[in-house]
Amino acid sequence: MTKPRLKLAVWKFASCDGCQLSLLDCEDELLGVADAIDIAYFPEVSPRVIDGPYDLSLVEGSITTEKDRQRILKVRAQSHRLVTIGACATSGGIQALRNFSDIDDFVAVVYAKPEYIDTLATSTAISDHVPVDFELRGCPINKAQLLEVILAFLADRRPNIPGHSVCVECKLKQNICIMVAQGTPCLGPVTHAGCNAICPSYNRGCYGCYGPMEMPNMKAMTGWLTATGMVSRDIQRILQTFYANAEPFHEESTRHDA
Amino acid sequence: MTRREISVDYIARVEGEGALKITISNGAVENVELKIFEPPRFFEAFLRGRDFREAPDITARICGICPVAYQMSAVQAMEQACGVEVPSPIRDLRRLLYCGEWIESHALHIYMLHAPDFLGYEGAIDMAKDMPGVVERGLQLKKVGNKIMSLLGGREIHPINVKVGGFYKTPTRKELEPLAESMKWARDAAIETVRWVSQFDFPAHERDYEFVALRGDGEYPLGDGRIASNRGLDISVAEFEKHVSEDQVPYSNALHARIKARDSYLVGPLARYNLNAHQLSPLARATAKEAGLADQCRNLAQSIIVRSIEVLYACDEALRIIDQYSPPSEPSVSVEPKVAIGYACTEAPRGILYHRYQIDGEGTIQDAVIIPPTSQNQLSIEQDLRALIVEEIDLDDETLRALCERTIRSYDPCISCATHFLKLDRVEC
Repeated sequence: MTKPRLKLAVWKFASCDGCQLSLLDCEDELLGVADAIDIAYFPEVSPRVIDGPYDLSLVEGSITTEKDRQRILKVRAQSHRLVTIGACATSGGIQALRNFSDIDDFVAVVYAKPEYIDTLATSTAISDHVPVDFELRGCPINKAQLLEVILAFLADRRPNIPGHSVCVECKLKQNICIMVAQGTPCLGPVTHAGCNAICPSYNRGCYGCYGPMEMPNMKAMTGWLTATGMVSRDIQRILQTFYANAEPFHEESTRHDA
Repeated sequence: MTRREISVDYIARVEGEGALKITISNGAVENVELKIFEPPRFFEAFLRGRDFREAPDITARICGICPVAYQMSAVQAMEQACGVEVPSPIRDLRRLLYCGEWIESHALHIYMLHAPDFLGYEGAIDMAKDMPGVVERGLQLKKVGNKIMSLLGGREIHPINVKVGGFYKTPTRKELEPLAESMKWARDAAIETVRWVSQFDFPAHERDYEFVALRGDGEYPLGDGRIASNRGLDISVAEFEKHVSEDQVPYSNALHARIKARDSYLVGPLARYNLNAHQLSPLARATAKEAGLADQCRNLAQSIIVRSIEVLYACDEALRIIDQYSPPSEPSVSVEPKVAIGYACTEAPRGILYHRYQIDGEGTIQDAVIIPPTSQNQLSIEQDLRALIVEEIDLDDETLRALCERTIRSYDPCISCATHFLKLDRVEC
């Protein structure tokens, strides 16, 4: 007896498209993946729609409109497993900066006729609206981790995605610590692993685009940043960027009001 | 009275969320609306108050398909504001990185989004069942573009190595060498691509577009040049907003741009080619000629040939840069902020991408204006659709709908980009 093929769906909410593009960036594996599963809904790739329910839904983007708030409920109802991919879907993304401002001001800066624009005052993670089976972080996600997540759900096991910090990845690459050796401010100690420590490998401090790791020590982190000469305003800026809405980053950022 | 309504709820094989609604009343086109329902994300609003050095990383997140375009326009606008010019090895490396993005983005569009329309497939994955070698070639070509992005940028999507003033780390000659090997394969694959797509059947529709692109100074334009058109526009980047206006329409989260003195205009590969074909590399020119592509082309469907020629050019140009490369003495030059306005315009894969920033003496952004290619093309897309329907009004709804979708895809619209625009009443001259 042959096992029925799994049905994969890819959904987009408010986002830049980069995380679903990561799947198409798996140039060596894409056709193999398409052989193993049915791509049942992925508008960027094909207009064909195979009706749900879906075995695995990948969700990119955050919830920023009333329509999308309703749509995610329908997506959840049709999905056996739902995995969110990227900073927008797992935390609200950079567009969550609106959560700390007046949305009407934001609309007025960009559009001459604000009455045409339908938007919520906040940008929120998918998990704020529906239960989520797994969250894959990153702005953008790492495509090797995306493949691991898809393979894991195909095999009905938990994905093997480490929850430690970027610091651990840097050590594994045997990088010299740029914060200790060169005094370059770096969010590596509190940032979730997954990127393979690319910024420190390019002589640049980590800017936190994979969001907070589990149990980050934020106070110790900002102590280090201050010691490297970073002023409050810049500490607040770096924490209020791609994971601005993640609780540890946001809470710490409010301690550094410029 | 007879009314026909043709609509597409979610246009497939384009980047982002868009829909189409056409109303035909008594045999005449009443309304054509390309609806961009992608939710707005307000980049220009939250850029205010940020540091000028943050602009390249923040604006990259507008689009996952063309992040390098955003980074290049942002860093150059900031450098222009601060009166800094980067040394030529840094300019060359930026050009190399941009070649990577062109190859990656164009290969994606040619093979995965556009070609299925000509060959009668729903998508590239179905196409791969009948022509695995061809789709494999497209994917590997795309991968070579991505290889440049990861080597020079740190990663393919939202590269981390670009900064105002240059790069965080520049490669040695030895580190670039393996790229040259891949580029030579890619150059051959690009020639094959041109030959392959030039055999497609092209609908005869042509329109007399105003093509707007950068005009390169002795080279095909990527990162700089004056803004020019085939109808006499020839302006510096700083003059752009004097010549272009943007209107907001109720059915879309994107604004419509037009040339104030005239009407709609077209940006992208076709515009670049029509204005700059003579500046392509000899190999790209010869391959275009062999494929039967004249120096002037008004058939939008043939943009797939032009994209393929541009992939070939990007491979050639990348090889030239790698061959002549000698690392800069420092990976970046120092850029001190001052009270100023900076402008930049670069050629994103889909056409010119304009940035303007006003910064204060501490480098805090006071105002940001971003005009992406798809907003500039939106009016032209709607006019193309109107012309198409007038010509093909006797076709049944299903065929007409499919033709309309093909027209939209020929533009390679990037809807995530298009969904945030500047305020109309600011554009006064």
